Amino acid sequence: MQKQTVVVRFCGDSGDGMQLTGNMFSSLSAILGNEISTLPDFPAEIRAPQGTLGGVSGFQVCLGNGVYTPGDKADVIVAMNAAALKVCTLGSKFNVAGARFDEAESMFKKDAVVIVDTDSFTDKDLEKALYKTDNPFTELGIPETVQIVPVALTQLTKESLKDSGMDNKAILKSRNMFALGVVCWLFSRPIDKAIHFLEGKFAKKPALIAPNVKVLTDGYNYGNNTAMNINTINVEKAEDLEHGTYTSIAGNKATAWGLIAAAHKCGKQLFLGSYPITPATDIMHELAARKDMGVMVVQAEDEIAGVCTAIGAAFAGDLACTSTSGPGLSLKSEAVGLAVMAELPLVVIDVQRGGPSTGLPTKTEQTDLMQAVYGRNGECPAVVIAASTSANCFQYAYEACKIALENMTPVILMTDTYLANGTGLWKLPKLAELPEIHPQGVPEELKGHYNAALRDANSVRYWAVPGMEGYEHRNIGLERDSKTGAISTNPENHERMVKARQAKVDQVANRIPELTVQGNAASDTLLVGWGSTEGHLHAAANELNCALAHFNYINPLPKNTAEVLRRYKKVVVCELNNGQFATLLRSKVQGVDFKQYNEIMGQPFAVERIVEHVKAL
Amino acid sequence: MEAAQFKSDQYVRFCPGCGDHAITAALQKAMAEIGIPTHQTVVISGIGCSSRMPHYLNTYGFNTIHGRGGAIATGVKTSHPELTIWQMSGDGDCLAIGGNHFIHEIRRNVDLNICLFNNRIYGLTKGQYSPTSPKGFVSKSSPFGTVERPFIPAELVMGARGTFFARTLDVDMPNTVDCLKKAQQHKGASVVECLVNCVIFNNGTHNWIADRETRAERSIVLRHGEKMIFGTNKDKGLALDYSEVMPRIIVVAADDPRVLTHDAHMQDPALHRMLALMGQEKFTDMQNAELQPELPIALGVIRDVEAETYDEAVNRQIADIRGKSKAQTFDQLLGTLEQWEM
Repeated sequence: MQKQTVVVRFCGDSGDGMQLTGNMFSSLSAILGNEISTLPDFPAEIRAPQGTLGGVSGFQVCLGNGVYTPGDKADVIVAMNAAALKVCTLGSKFNVAGARFDEAESMFKKDAVVIVDTDSFTDKDLEKALYKTDNPFTELGIPETVQIVPVALTQLTKESLKDSGMDNKAILKSRNMFALGVVCWLFSRPIDKAIHFLEGKFAKKPALIAPNVKVLTDGYNYGNNTAMNINTINVEKAEDLEHGTYTSIAGNKATAWGLIAAAHKCGKQLFLGSYPITPATDIMHELAARKDMGVMVVQAEDEIAGVCTAIGAAFAGDLACTSTSGPGLSLKSEAVGLAVMAELPLVVIDVQRGGPSTGLPTKTEQTDLMQAVYGRNGECPAVVIAASTSANCFQYAYEACKIALENMTPVILMTDTYLANGTGLWKLPKLAELPEIHPQGVPEELKGHYNAALRDANSVRYWAVPGMEGYEHRNIGLERDSKTGAISTNPENHERMVKARQAKVDQVANRIPELTVQGNAASDTLLVGWGSTEGHLHAAANELNCALAHFNYINPLPKNTAEVLRRYKKVVVCELNNGQFATLLRSKVQGVDFKQYNEIMGQPFAVERIVEHVKAL
Repeated sequence: MEAAQFKSDQYVRFCPGCGDHAITAALQKAMAEIGIPTHQTVVISGIGCSSRMPHYLNTYGFNTIHGRGGAIATGVKTSHPELTIWQMSGDGDCLAIGGNHFIHEIRRNVDLNICLFNNRIYGLTKGQYSPTSPKGFVSKSSPFGTVERPFIPAELVMGARGTFFARTLDVDMPNTVDCLKKAQQHKGASVVECLVNCVIFNNGTHNWIADRETRAERSIVLRHGEKMIFGTNKDKGLALDYSEVMPRIIVVAADDPRVLTHDAHMQDPALHRMLALMGQEKFTDMQNAELQPELPIALGVIRDVEAETYDEAVNRQIADIRGKSKAQTFDQLLGTLEQWEM
């Protein structure tokens, strides 16, 4: 069976290793020439009780040619236990009594292939997953068009490893590798490539290589030899990709590496002050491991200290960053205001999650937009930009550093759970090919006359740092005199300073790319989005044969924003919140009737829902 | 260097008679005697009367936001350990809103010189009680007396495993200069509790020892390696009495062989804590206001021990790992990724 794209979903207990399995399959597919987009989907609990509905962890990947999203619904499901089968079948209705398969809700299509571990459907398993009968397939109403592939994963894995000397617990943990072997067979993945890949994965734990290779191979052969009554699937290779060297990368790692690249480009020390918070913590993990690149990480005592240590490092002349999620951004607000007032370069990364308050820590949402743009006391403008794919988190993290250092302003970089944990293909850059970064400095002639209010023709404050002789000065969070830099409460001076800080942020619009239109630019319908929804909106625009304007620059907006938006009759702002960007656009762009499509379910968009909604407008 | 080199061109706006004037002068004198140039000296503060200090010093300065001076100073020092950092803070900025940063900069032993101006009141917000106001203290926000137990800063510092604690009095210039210089010489988080008078909202709060007539009888200036002797006529000494389960400090005659010699470098903080707590009961509860403590209030450098500093350790770890790493450039780092042609 030949397919352009295929969606595979691995799901099981949060201890079943589904994230690892999914990541390995995705990377393997990418190495074999497919485009990929992944969506890890796991519960907030580290280990919910085994076998329960609350503990189901999923990993979805779309692979093939022309991949923009991890896919709405799966073509192939691997369900490691009864609870996973139920959650995949019923989707968000998984805990509704008597719910049955409904294609609108289900995580898989009505002609999907569903591989299940038959050993994980004992009476006890069914009871834990709250089944009422002993026939889960009938009870869930799974239609006959769905092809169920029963595999005795547990028994087969035990058999495979019976001579390995491993204990029973370790053997059971290897079930995922058997499943991976079966899936590799299903997708005609050459087993030698898979083995080679696995050897690389476990290079640092050589004792684990042999047993994992054995289970993987046995799983593969099981598929091959038992004459499974299903057709193998051939997925098209990527065709339109720019030729080059690629890797697959998660958004958080790409973000971290973007910061490192910027620091190396401009020769400044990279400093991260941060405090652990889901889903941003991997940025700190990645940077803490990169001491070889000279990165300094302070795991601070709280979110406020995270941003404040960074502000200290910025004051002292570093490329300073802090990483957080929505609740942490709230805690950092006052300090970000200090960086605005002190006019220091600072990169604040907000990996958005479901809110408000603690909200949905592991789920995705775009609900911090207004907080990033306006959530501080006083007239307090900061630059806000947003990454739109896992891989371009690198580009926008780099860009955030460049804007901050060249314009002496805090830059808030918005990503979210979907980008942070999802992976995509990334074409490896060369440092020499990345845009130059020219951090703001201070003219020699100001030696002996410098103060913290002096700025250049673009309204960008000059930057002198401790250690420079003859530039001693006092910086402050209080209002300063526009000429002397001393504390001032003069009314005219305050208004002048408010306008100077605003002018500085506004002129960044001259330094960013103009807004472009994707898809059918001649259509009278324009989808508008920002941040992580680009893939979904791109796919929806293709299906609708309409245009898409996708924003990576939120504050300031690209200069041609109004001009582009006014060209279209029907403008639909699609976002994973209650209409925050639409509200922002209404305040900035006159003469456009902005319509909205919003979802706030903690999940990425489904392309088909966008299409359906826009058609109905 | 001269103290004048450390004076900025700003008019000093502390209230006439405020103890902060004296500390400013002492700090300028100490900085000049230490001799670190103005461009390598950074003064960081939060918010409050004492946090205005950076404006009056001709060094690099950063007057930040309420309570966060400690975290910002940690960032400056860790990223640039070659700089000398002073943190100016008050009993509200440091012990209330900035309490978390205060205990953690001490715990990490960041090489900072922290001046804790303790006037037992909130001055800049016009007279509310502070975390060091005695229980029962009447203020604008406690018209019927506070019901809160106060901190004793020394106890908090030692509880956070502090490596340096000194106490000084605004009106005692020589001891203040000495404590500030020793704080700078100490590698690690050095806390100097400056007992300052708030002439407007809490006038006379330190009179018990500030009064020149009785100061020698009611306080003792501890000096490392010197006998613990005090009194107008230097006729009294401090000794340990072991007659009960817990040893306690007692006053004996100066020539008593039991008189202790001060060892600020002792790692065990037990005796340092006992010395720092002498007479403090008088200031923790208004009910004790009339109390005449038998033991003198300890001034001078009470604790000064060595431990690795955070800024040193962070920088050394980076240098070590960077030295051993094969990948030195970003392009080399990219080379370590699994990658393929497409």
